[in-house]
Amino acid sequence: MVMPPAVAASGTPGNANLTLQTVASIGFGPHPDWVSYLVKTPQGKWVHSTILDVPANSLIHVTILQYDTATGLRNPFWGLPEGTVGRAKVNGKAIPILNPDLASHTFAIPELGVTVPLKGVADKAKNQCSVAPCTLAEAHNTITFTFRTGKRGTYRWQCFVPCAAGFILGFGGPMQSLGYMDGLLHVV
Amino acid sequence: MEIAGQQVSRHGVRIVAIWAVLTAIAVPLIVLVLGPHLPPGKMSAEASDQTSANTVLTAVVAPIILIVAVNIVYSLVVFRARGDAIEDGAPIHGHAPTVLAWVLLTSVIVLALAGWGSYTLVQSARGAGGGQGPSPADLPKGDRTALPIQVIGQQWAWTFRFPTYNAFESRQLELPVGRVIAFHVTSLDVTHSFWAYELGVKADAVPGVDNVAFVTPRKLGSFNIRCAELCGLWHGHMALHGHVVSASDFVTWVAEQKAANAQIIPDLGPYQRVYFPEPKHRAG
Amino acid sequence: MTETAIEAPRSRGRGLLGFNLLTAIVLGVGGFFFGAWIGGKMAVGHDYLIGTDQNDVGIFMGFLFGTIGWLAGLGFFNYPLARLAGRPPLDWSSEDEMYVVPDATIRQHEGGIGRYFRLTTDHKVVGIQYFFGVGIFFFIGGLNAMLIRTELLTPHEKAWPAGQYISLVGLHGTMMIMMTSAFILGPFGNYFVPLMIGARRLAFPRIEALTFWLVPLAGLVLLSAIAWNGFPTGWTGYAPLQDQARAGMDAYIFAFILIAISLALVGLNLLTTILTMRAPGLTWARLPIFVWGVLATAFLMVLAAPVLVATMLMGMMDRAANTSYYLASGGGSPYLYENLFWFFGHPEVYILALPGFGIVLEILPVFSRKPLWGYRLAVAGMLGVAFLSFMVWQHHLFVSGINASLRPFYMLTTELISIPTGFIFLNAMGTLWRGRIRYTVPMLFALAFFFNFLIGGLSGIFLSDVPSDVTTHGSYFVMAHFHYTIMGGLVFAFFAATYYWLPKMTGVTLNERLGKIHFWLMFVFFNLTFFPLFAAGFLDMPRRVSTYAPHLQTLNDFVSASAYVLGFSMLIFIGNLIWSLVFVRQPAETNPWFSRSLEWQVASPPPVHNFDRIPVVMAGPYEYGVANAPPVADFGTGAVAVAGK
Repeated sequence: MVMPPAVAASGTPGNANLTLQTVASIGFGPHPDWVSYLVKTPQGKWVHSTILDVPANSLIHVTILQYDTATGLRNPFWGLPEGTVGRAKVNGKAIPILNPDLASHTFAIPELGVTVPLKGVADKAKNQCSVAPCTLAEAHNTITFTFRTGKRGTYRWQCFVPCAAGFILGFGGPMQSLGYMDGLLHVV
Repeated sequence: MEIAGQQVSRHGVRIVAIWAVLTAIAVPLIVLVLGPHLPPGKMSAEASDQTSANTVLTAVVAPIILIVAVNIVYSLVVFRARGDAIEDGAPIHGHAPTVLAWVLLTSVIVLALAGWGSYTLVQSARGAGGGQGPSPADLPKGDRTALPIQVIGQQWAWTFRFPTYNAFESRQLELPVGRVIAFHVTSLDVTHSFWAYELGVKADAVPGVDNVAFVTPRKLGSFNIRCAELCGLWHGHMALHGHVVSASDFVTWVAEQKAANAQIIPDLGPYQRVYFPEPKHRAG
Repeated sequence: MTETAIEAPRSRGRGLLGFNLLTAIVLGVGGFFFGAWIGGKMAVGHDYLIGTDQNDVGIFMGFLFGTIGWLAGLGFFNYPLARLAGRPPLDWSSEDEMYVVPDATIRQHEGGIGRYFRLTTDHKVVGIQYFFGVGIFFFIGGLNAMLIRTELLTPHEKAWPAGQYISLVGLHGTMMIMMTSAFILGPFGNYFVPLMIGARRLAFPRIEALTFWLVPLAGLVLLSAIAWNGFPTGWTGYAPLQDQARAGMDAYIFAFILIAISLALVGLNLLTTILTMRAPGLTWARLPIFVWGVLATAFLMVLAAPVLVATMLMGMMDRAANTSYYLASGGGSPYLYENLFWFFGHPEVYILALPGFGIVLEILPVFSRKPLWGYRLAVAGMLGVAFLSFMVWQHHLFVSGINASLRPFYMLTTELISIPTGFIFLNAMGTLWRGRIRYTVPMLFALAFFFNFLIGGLSGIFLSDVPSDVTTHGSYFVMAHFHYTIMGGLVFAFFAATYYWLPKMTGVTLNERLGKIHFWLMFVFFNLTFFPLFAAGFLDMPRRVSTYAPHLQTLNDFVSASAYVLGFSMLIFIGNLIWSLVFVRQPAETNPWFSRSLEWQVASPPPVHNFDRIPVVMAGPYEYGVANAPPVADFGTGAVAVAGK
């Protein structure tokens, strides 16, 4: 297994920006059917990776473009966003909770107490994305939130929705592979 | 040489003497110096019981190691072949009294350990913090009024539900000191194991099973929670700190958590001993 | 009655194109692809296999046909198919067969190195095949251990990505368990049991060959898991994590099935041989203690290994056929897996331990030059351990949520098993007592066995006591316990047996100085590696993690450094093997250790027919120092003509 490349957040120390997208099937590579995250480099290119470098002692502003349909949470508790500075927003609207059945994925950094559910695209939405990286023209939800980093370290992050289609309990395959639904946050 | 009118090998006397000296040094060291530092400590009644058990076992095992080791080392030094000629040793095939004594002695030690172990498990340590399944048999005093806390293991985080407090769920664990707590450990997906090190609690989180473990915290402070059963990619990361706080602090914390989680409580569904949650669109 | 050696007629298709390892690999790989194609056809229309990018049905069918191809490539089907086609039963005069026919006409097996890569019915060749076959995979497993310790140098994931680390751990454990299960019975049981009981072969020579050739196949199948990103469960393969794993899990399941079949058959073969083929005069009271150890182990293999096959088959069906034997959400239970696995798993660890007992008790009398002290006690100890080993398995589930009332019972049985284990120590102490001890390399390893097993076995007392087990279950304490008993025990016994018997097997002496360097490095650094792990377990470090509390880093670094030196000591052993066997080739005497045992009374290496005449046994093999002890056997005029077996 090759480690995906680390991608740095853009912005300045103290305030960094991360842009991610989640897609229903990555469309290329050894597992084209697998759900996956992608991350945008500071230069604006989408990279198939989940290894993120962010500055320490900073506010990290995260934007996630969510292109996948909903699966629903196994544990509805993760429908409650936690650990963010201010409220998480879906398509610009602040949400106190997300209906657990509407979650398509989660962005969670348990060791930092951050967990944000990501709303799924409606099943019948028009213009759904089929091959990553997806563009803004295709059906998606935009989730934004901010969290604060402290001292340096490496933290794991993951999705909590059992979204690995075909794997028993929905947690196999992409849900246990770095670069798809699991990643590392390097706070440097 | 003769002792009490019986012929006794001088080698045997020397070995027993060396062993006695070493044991006399080792056992008090173990009990007095090492014992208090043996895990898991004294943060809960069950942890104290485990520490006592570990101390007793170390103190029992040490003399056994010593007698075998001293005997063998002595033989290796004293009975080694001298010179290059191949000489034969003494043609002893066995010695029935020694065999009998050994069999009796080892049987007595083993049966005593088993008896003592059962007694501590069932009576004095009352389950010693281990998971006992849905129908626990080793109940501590006050189990009827135990505070039930459900520990939900999932890939790869622990969450906790408090059925007597509106069944709210939380990612953090705080416990009131001095009260019997009944952990109901279960899992939503694969098998995990809830290991609260300083509290001396270890109970497997098995899907479809309500595994009950009792603990009575005695000291304030924080404790480590880890997963002790390999559960996939982030098994080593399923760790967090729990806290034992005073009863009033606990009530305050519960109220805070209930307020913070108030909006998700309707979605959590009623408290159940086991869950088979399937997401709405069942991807897997 | 003289024997004439007659050259076997060279068979058709000899050389590289014959039935050998090469054709086995070719047909095995071909069979795999064929099976995968069939599996793909079978899976059409089954929704649950969609989207996972893996077709478990295809993989299992692939392995199945790969196994058939492998066995066909070695020629295992030749004789059965020929018989089906009407050929008369073997009169033992056909090519590639070696047997002594009643008129004492001997067919020489073809010589040369080629016979080690073929199906052979010469038990001595099988013994050497096993030695190198399991040895190679043992070293691969050891290499994995070095990789694991490299990761543990830092408290965060550094050397390997998290998922890959768990796979390394699983590969290490599984490879080791699979290969060390027949670590002694394979090479030394097959080679020496007939020699020690005065027979010319095992009861079922062709099955013996089969048991060997399944082993490298299982090793290759297990290693193929790497191509599918490994498996995340560790060697215990717990369901339901097993069910959600990727395709590498299938390799684990199939490899274990192959090994279990091999184990059951090895046990069957050795059991039958020992029960029915002892030379005249070899009463049970004169049987070498090593053979008793093999007997006890064979019972365990025959009874426990089939359970593993069933366990793995159900896991296979859960993964490939959408059943839910082990899935609670489908009505099954993870406890079913745990109980079935450990019902095999606990006798399995005694399959690992008992041959070690047999070896060290065999070696100690030779180098103390005293009879084995307490022979009957030793036999009782081994049989007692074997019997009780079936009654303790729930101690692996003490905190799993089993019915709490069961725990005192299993605590009792687990504690009880230390009584017969203790007998072995009394035997050792008694045998050394008033002996004339010579410190040869085999003796050093045998003595180290006792030190290591003392610590390993007594640490088991902690684990058998339920309150203490709550502290230590699932932690590095368990790791230290089983490494002390399996590696400190069995592996040291393996090296004792190797240094003891390799001169007999190869006719070449091993370098003694290199042997002693190997021993001291291995013994010292083995203890430095694993003793601190007891502390690690006590200090809250769970098993199978690549991330741990930072204050444990110094301890882990010390352990890793020691482990590297331990690994280096193995290289010294390999160097010794190559140096002595390939370059120096100093011929070994017939009986360099001056042992009374039967196998030392024949040439080094033994002739293909073992004994010119089946000996009549006249005394036990441990009668050192006994005045007027008869020789161990009569090879001359009193010896039995071959018709007596």
